[in-house]
Amino acid sequence: MKVAARSSTRIVFGRWVRSCLVVVLAIGLVPCFGADEKSALDADFQATVDLLKTRSFEEKAEAARAIAALTHPRTLEVLTALLDAELYTERKTDRVVFAKGLDGGGFNIRDAVTGEELGQVGRRGAKKISVNNRLRGLLRGLIASIRLDNEDPDDRIAAAEAIADGADSSMREVLDRRLLVESDPKVIAAIETALVVFDLDATDESIRLRAIRASVSNLDGRVREKLTGISNDPVASEAIQAAARETLESIEETVARYKTIETVFFGLSLGSVLVLAAIGLSITFGVMGVINMAHGELIMLGAYTTYVVQTLLPGGLEYSLLIAVPAAFVVSGLVGIGIERGIFRFLYGRPLETLLASFGVSLVLQQAVRSIFGTLNRPVATPEWMSGSFELLEGLSMTFNRLYILIFAGLIFAALVLVLQRTRLGLEVRAVTQNRAMARAMGIRSARVDALTFGLGAGIAGVAGVALSQLTNVGPNLGQGYIVDSFMVVVFGGVGNLWGTLVAGLSLGVANKFLEPYAGAVVAKVLVLVFIILFIQWRPRGLFPQKGRAAES
Amino acid sequence: MFGGSGEKDKLANVFQPFVNQSANFLARKPSRDELVNTDSGYILYLEDITVSFDGFKALDELTLYIETGELRCIIGPNGAGKTTMMDVITGKTRPDFGTAFYGQRLDLLRLTEPEIASLGIGRKFQKPTVFDNHTVHDNLELAMEADKRVWATLTRKLNAEERDRIAEVLDIIGLKEEVSALAGSLSHGQKQWLEIGMLLMQNPLVLLVDEPVAGMTKQESESTAELLTTLAGDHSVVVVEHDMEFVRSIARRVTVLHEGRVLAEGPFDEVQHDAKVIEVYLGE
Amino acid sequence: MLSGRLLKQDWGPPVLLGILGVLCVVVPVANLLVPEDSVFHVSTYTVTLLGKYLCYALLAMALDLVWGYCGILSLGHGAFFALGGYAMGMYLMRQIGTRGVYGDPELPDFMVFLNWEELPWYWFGFDAFWFAMLMVVLVPGLLALVFGWLAFRSRVTGVYLSIMTQALTYALMLAFFRNEMGFGGNNGLTDFKDILGASLQSDVTRVVLFVVSAIALASTYLFCRFIVTSKLGRVVTAVRDADDRTRFIGYRVENYKVWIFTVSAVLAGIAGALYVPQVGIINPSEFHPLNSIELVVWVALGGRGTLYGAAVGAVIVNFAKTWLTSEYPEVWLFALGGLFILVTVALPKGVVGLLRNVLGSGGQTFSEFVGGRTVPEALIQWAKTRPGNKET
Repeated sequence: MKVAARSSTRIVFGRWVRSCLVVVLAIGLVPCFGADEKSALDADFQATVDLLKTRSFEEKAEAARAIAALTHPRTLEVLTALLDAELYTERKTDRVVFAKGLDGGGFNIRDAVTGEELGQVGRRGAKKISVNNRLRGLLRGLIASIRLDNEDPDDRIAAAEAIADGADSSMREVLDRRLLVESDPKVIAAIETALVVFDLDATDESIRLRAIRASVSNLDGRVREKLTGISNDPVASEAIQAAARETLESIEETVARYKTIETVFFGLSLGSVLVLAAIGLSITFGVMGVINMAHGELIMLGAYTTYVVQTLLPGGLEYSLLIAVPAAFVVSGLVGIGIERGIFRFLYGRPLETLLASFGVSLVLQQAVRSIFGTLNRPVATPEWMSGSFELLEGLSMTFNRLYILIFAGLIFAALVLVLQRTRLGLEVRAVTQNRAMARAMGIRSARVDALTFGLGAGIAGVAGVALSQLTNVGPNLGQGYIVDSFMVVVFGGVGNLWGTLVAGLSLGVANKFLEPYAGAVVAKVLVLVFIILFIQWRPRGLFPQKGRAAES
Repeated sequence: MFGGSGEKDKLANVFQPFVNQSANFLARKPSRDELVNTDSGYILYLEDITVSFDGFKALDELTLYIETGELRCIIGPNGAGKTTMMDVITGKTRPDFGTAFYGQRLDLLRLTEPEIASLGIGRKFQKPTVFDNHTVHDNLELAMEADKRVWATLTRKLNAEERDRIAEVLDIIGLKEEVSALAGSLSHGQKQWLEIGMLLMQNPLVLLVDEPVAGMTKQESESTAELLTTLAGDHSVVVVEHDMEFVRSIARRVTVLHEGRVLAEGPFDEVQHDAKVIEVYLGE
Repeated sequence: MLSGRLLKQDWGPPVLLGILGVLCVVVPVANLLVPEDSVFHVSTYTVTLLGKYLCYALLAMALDLVWGYCGILSLGHGAFFALGGYAMGMYLMRQIGTRGVYGDPELPDFMVFLNWEELPWYWFGFDAFWFAMLMVVLVPGLLALVFGWLAFRSRVTGVYLSIMTQALTYALMLAFFRNEMGFGGNNGLTDFKDILGASLQSDVTRVVLFVVSAIALASTYLFCRFIVTSKLGRVVTAVRDADDRTRFIGYRVENYKVWIFTVSAVLAGIAGALYVPQVGIINPSEFHPLNSIELVVWVALGGRGTLYGAAVGAVIVNFAKTWLTSEYPEVWLFALGGLFILVTVALPKGVVGLLRNVLGSGGQTFSEFVGGRTVPEALIQWAKTRPGNKET
């Protein structure tokens, strides 16, 4: 089928070139490829554009074709202006100009050939070059075909999609022509989709049927829309309808599968945020049995640190996050150590009091940020490399920021596991977690361990804040939104268990995203909360409880 | 997790309270002695009890029988499983394996801690635990054998007989002077006595006593010994103790635990000369 | 005999009951009988404000019952308060009748606005005052019963329990924010007209509501006093101090916790029901976890485990809040946050405990203790030397 389409394209193409040559020769302009190619091109362009001034639509069409054949920088602009009725002739000089209407009547004009600004003329100072519907169709085709030849593949895809949207079957040949020379697979796919869309409307039943069959793996919305139309179209034959339905079903299966993958990705992405927010909490909760209600505010401090770093380095947006990560770690970590040394150490063994005191700290931090930076959200910019998205499969794309945060959460988690498993501090932390009294008896300075652990947990909260600054608004209430969620993650996973936090965070994230389409975001969240409340009845110590005698008391 | 036998146990646990409650509603409440059938002469049956914490076996197929009215001493080095054994009997720890019966009918593994306590198994902890913010009097009153359900407790007032009972116990434990003092202000030895007093107020059939004389003077030790000996007969008494002199002064029968198993059992003199026992103790 | 002993030992109860008694007489007189230009006139705004404080005091007392006496730190008591408030609000909504903006005799305005055809089933009965009052008690009570039964039976304690209660109120807040729930969504219930036929705008109604709140607070105090001095109260305190030990002497700790938790939730619901007609609105923000935790600091500041201390704390903090949020709004959160820290680190027994120590015998008084030290340092040191400050 493809071969057939291409050979027919060649014939069409040949005819088109010939007619262009005729136009060029008819006005006696022998193309001169001499010393000054550019000025020759300009001269050609001038001559062809002037041809538009004719009153005959036939001749205008010929002229438009001739313009399209020239690769002048303003070719596209002239054709688009003609289509949009913005191409005029200046009455005084009889020049062809681009004209933009002004509020008070009159125009702002610009030379169509040289692009030179010509100032303003009155309402009667310029005359529109009129077009009819046939000419418009032609122009659309010419514009599309020029855009199809554009160097940027994204532009070519956009052109193909525009053609498919227009559903103007006269564009077929343009597509066919491009297909012959196109090498970019994505552009080829887009062109073929457009061709399928045309073929789905074909009157020839066999072509139509073939197009239906061919669109099985096509996830384009237009194709699906067409197929839905066909399957319900009483005029179409039984066979066509059945084929359309069948194809539609299989497409929808694929779509559903992609949707699932996408939901999992969104879930993991949300989960990784939860893990980032909760993991610092898990450490401090596990080691010290301390509920740190100010954890959310430490996250907030991290986000504000990002803002400050970006403000201080206005030109360094691209690498600002790389600086913000260690900076936030240090800022939040130091604040954390300050809180621990200043308040919490007086309260060990009294977990409920610690909870209340830390809540007080959270209020103070919130208000402090509000007093320094104001109540409004602060803008945190996203670097180039984090914005946009990439397509994993056709119809399945993922945003870079979420992907990077997923990876980032993984890295932080791995780093933390390494610190706890491989370093002296980690050894001491684990010892204190399991049995504080025994660890002290073995000569571990538990006060130092407490401070450092708290600093570590707080620092990670700060780092989480950097990540969050890329996803949500940075404001004084940023931390509050995450505190209940992070507690749920910690409690669900089991206190003091990093892997538990990881599994709990990711699974809660995924569960949330799967529930959302059925129940809506709020109800999904409520359901997850209720689930955890019930789950805790069943396993009061979470998914991965600490075992042994020490844990019992 | 929801295996067959576990499920059944769970079900039994759910129903047990109803069984107990309906028993309470019967016109003639079956006495505790009837529920705890000791016709065979034994009151506690522990068989093949195994408890492990993270792979460490605190009890390893422990089998132990306590006769009705017996005074039994349990000794053994640290980590032998003495306290874990008491935890199993009182319902605090559920064994991985094995059976534990109280009398011939009552399966301890299906009862909760308060049920076991109400049925007459009293326990004194190794570390004296009394209610620090309550007076000595209130500690005894709370422990007293009574209807311990919520609504009954709300309107409960002491009657004359019960007041006499408290006075009597105060006399026994020698805390008459401190009756209105907060338990938290007592000395270690006094707390030990108060806990023994609370045990007496419960009027249990079985007394599990964990290290009763730690922190007591020699004289207090002797009176504790005397008290426990008097109690034996009407009650069954199980004593865990490190103080060998104390054990010698009260013991009729001694069980030696080691690594969660019974190493030796018999009269004190016999056990004292058992080669395995000597090895375990000297080897330490 | 018991109450006699307690009144003799402790100056708190007579003072509290006395103040409430005096307020019941003075406030109505000063508002209704004293002419407006007199310095002794109390404006209706002030009456309502005081009435609001009394409701908060009642709520704080309810929390003290579970936290101070049973050691259950609930971070979700605001939920029970709000549920009681919603039950009352639903009654008041139904009383509006055809006087609403849309004039629908059956449906409240927000339902008409949402194009609802008929009253949802759970709104039935709320036109009757007795039914609404029954729900004020039943709804928070049942929720507490179910939640408590689930939580305490599986021995969820300490910080875990606190977090769960916080999750409970958070979940309720999210749910009540939804229009589909049928409780007015974001805006909640408001624009009330009258209660039992009396206009809520009139001074007399306001004064009556104030007096009812005062009486409710006094009765609640006596009721809680009865509970905590009964044998049950002593069992509950024993559970707080050593729940394992309580189990081993034969008490079903779970049942006691569920009981006290439920009673406390019912009291909180009553407080909410009294609060709503006075402030004239109930909306989902009452469920906000922040409210519940702020409530905890009232109790902590006043002194937990004393009941009247909770009332004192509620009034002090809310008075400070009213004053600071109008005069120095940016200072309020600093003050509240600082209060949390100060109370937990330096004043574990609260204001009442401090006064007791200063007035009572034994130990140094604060001024003796301060000596040459800086005040915060001295506070911390001094608090540590107080007897009985070591327990959690």
